Amino acid sequence: MKDKLHQLKLKYQGKKMAPAFNALHTFLYTPNETTHSGSHVRAADDLKRTMNTVILALVPCLLFGMFNTGYQHFSAINGFPENFSLMEHFLTWDNLWVGLVTVLPLVIVSYGVGLAIEFLFAVNKGHEVEEGYLVTGMLVPLIVPVDTPLWMLAIAVAFGVVIGKEVFGGTGMNILNPALTIRAFLFFAYPTWMSGDKVWVHEAVERAGTADAISGETVLGSLAQGSDYSYSLADMFYGFIPGSIGETSTLLILLGGLFLVFTKIASWRIMVSAVVGALVMGLIFNGVVNAGWLPEYSKFYTLMSFPYWQHLLVGGLAFGIVFMATDPVTGSQTNKGKWYYGFFIGFLSVMIRVFNPGYPEGVFLAILLMNVFAPTIDHYVLKGNIKKRLKRFKTATIYPKASDEVDTLKTETA
Amino acid sequence: MALLSKKDANLIKDPLGDNNPITIQVLGICSALAITAELKASVVMAISVLFVMGVGNVVISLIRNIIPSKIRIIVQLVVVAALVIIVDQVLKAFAYDLSKTLSVFIGLIITNCIIMGRFEAFALGNGPRRAFLDGIGNALGYGVILVIVGFFRELLGSGTLFGIKVLGDPIAKTGLYAIGYENNGFMIIPPAALIVVGIIIWVQRSRNRALIEEA
Repeated sequence: MKDKLHQLKLKYQGKKMAPAFNALHTFLYTPNETTHSGSHVRAADDLKRTMNTVILALVPCLLFGMFNTGYQHFSAINGFPENFSLMEHFLTWDNLWVGLVTVLPLVIVSYGVGLAIEFLFAVNKGHEVEEGYLVTGMLVPLIVPVDTPLWMLAIAVAFGVVIGKEVFGGTGMNILNPALTIRAFLFFAYPTWMSGDKVWVHEAVERAGTADAISGETVLGSLAQGSDYSYSLADMFYGFIPGSIGETSTLLILLGGLFLVFTKIASWRIMVSAVVGALVMGLIFNGVVNAGWLPEYSKFYTLMSFPYWQHLLVGGLAFGIVFMATDPVTGSQTNKGKWYYGFFIGFLSVMIRVFNPGYPEGVFLAILLMNVFAPTIDHYVLKGNIKKRLKRFKTATIYPKASDEVDTLKTETA
Repeated sequence: MALLSKKDANLIKDPLGDNNPITIQVLGICSALAITAELKASVVMAISVLFVMGVGNVVISLIRNIIPSKIRIIVQLVVVAALVIIVDQVLKAFAYDLSKTLSVFIGLIITNCIIMGRFEAFALGNGPRRAFLDGIGNALGYGVILVIVGFFRELLGSGTLFGIKVLGDPIAKTGLYAIGYENNGFMIIPPAALIVVGIIIWVQRSRNRALIEEA
């Protein structure tokens, strides 16, 4: 197989379909090309390795999402089990089966459509297929509701990959995170399928209005309507709550995040500052409520009085911070910029959540907004640094002191 | 084209293609974003602009030698404003509902950069016949884009064309809706127009690579 691919590659070199063969070849094996001249760095962490590491970090979320899909489905029908036991009620074959038949088609459509477009563009434009879509394709099914119709997902993926990425020049050139572009497109194009109390549990839409009607409102959704929710803190942390497929389990997201930080794939600065930002905004809201400035009948009351640190446990905030905000292409590049960038993501996410109950999930909007601002942040960080160094240079005493040489030196370097 | 000389014919042909006011000069974007959610509104807007530009260019061209150049912008504004008021009154009298939909955007034709641009750039320096052709050509170029954008936005966003349900009834679930199709709510909001215009620009430039600027 390997030799055959090598031969195929040689055969199609320079032909129109070459990028397609090369992509398949690189995906399966280490490329057989070596640089012949000049100095070069030998490192194993190329784009392919980076992408695979992120996918590894996502696998627990995906598996958990599958079990949770089944768990929410059966619990909504039969009622939640009273003495919850992990092995008996959660990790069952029934749950996994429901999860497999609902989630796998989403994964397949996401990869199928996305990669098809990537190949098409690569062949048409004559450049190599980049690995960028590998992660996007995995993220997309994790951030949509379980019952998203497949054709909608296909359209959204096509839109996201073409308008969000390829028009800017492909992997590495995009301004917006493609996975979030896809999510945003779905949200604005088909709002009835992306929010409300019917979409988070498998088959809830089909059963609506019948005697078997089931409902699974997310924690944030209930809060936005001013009603209470029936999930315990542990449920929220471990992720036994309704929500988009992969975003519910804060525990597994945390583990994935730690894995990414230790492999140095994702920036810990962005993660930490985003968490801080969310906490600060939550604290401000709690403070307003505690100070008695907000009457209890206000429509913001329930969301604003939601304990500040619990914002991190519900909805997609944790998932967004770990897997979306840290995207190296669309985020800030400078270390100082990353602090600002992350902080505002957390800050704005909680703000959008509270002030606009129509968008209970503010995270994707906050990240997309900061994606747009990331280059500006970097620009000012760079300018600030240049200014600081110029100032340092002006006040610096250059030895030998007080000689004519100093002035000539200064004019030369300035 | 025996009726027009080649030079005159180009006055109409250019704005329709390689010198389109919206996709190449990127003028008049505001109204193109705002009123193209329905095809009917797009067509009426296109016709209104056609009238204002055709007549306006002729009027400016006729008085071009007696306008003091210091106050020419004011004079141009007065001419456009007068024409726009005529359009507005006619719409209010004969198509009241449509006039409601278009609301402020008929009035805003006054500030449409395409119109002022053509007055400044063409009507002030050319005879009435050529000015008329130029006005018609640019208004048609504007209208064509409006109609294309309006067509896609109404078809994908509401499933209708001129208010006729071409894709079936979304509530009774007939036609395409019977197999699970749904309207794309994204196409109704103005940002979608920006993306549709962007795609038109993309298609136009990839068909004629001479239009791509040097980076």
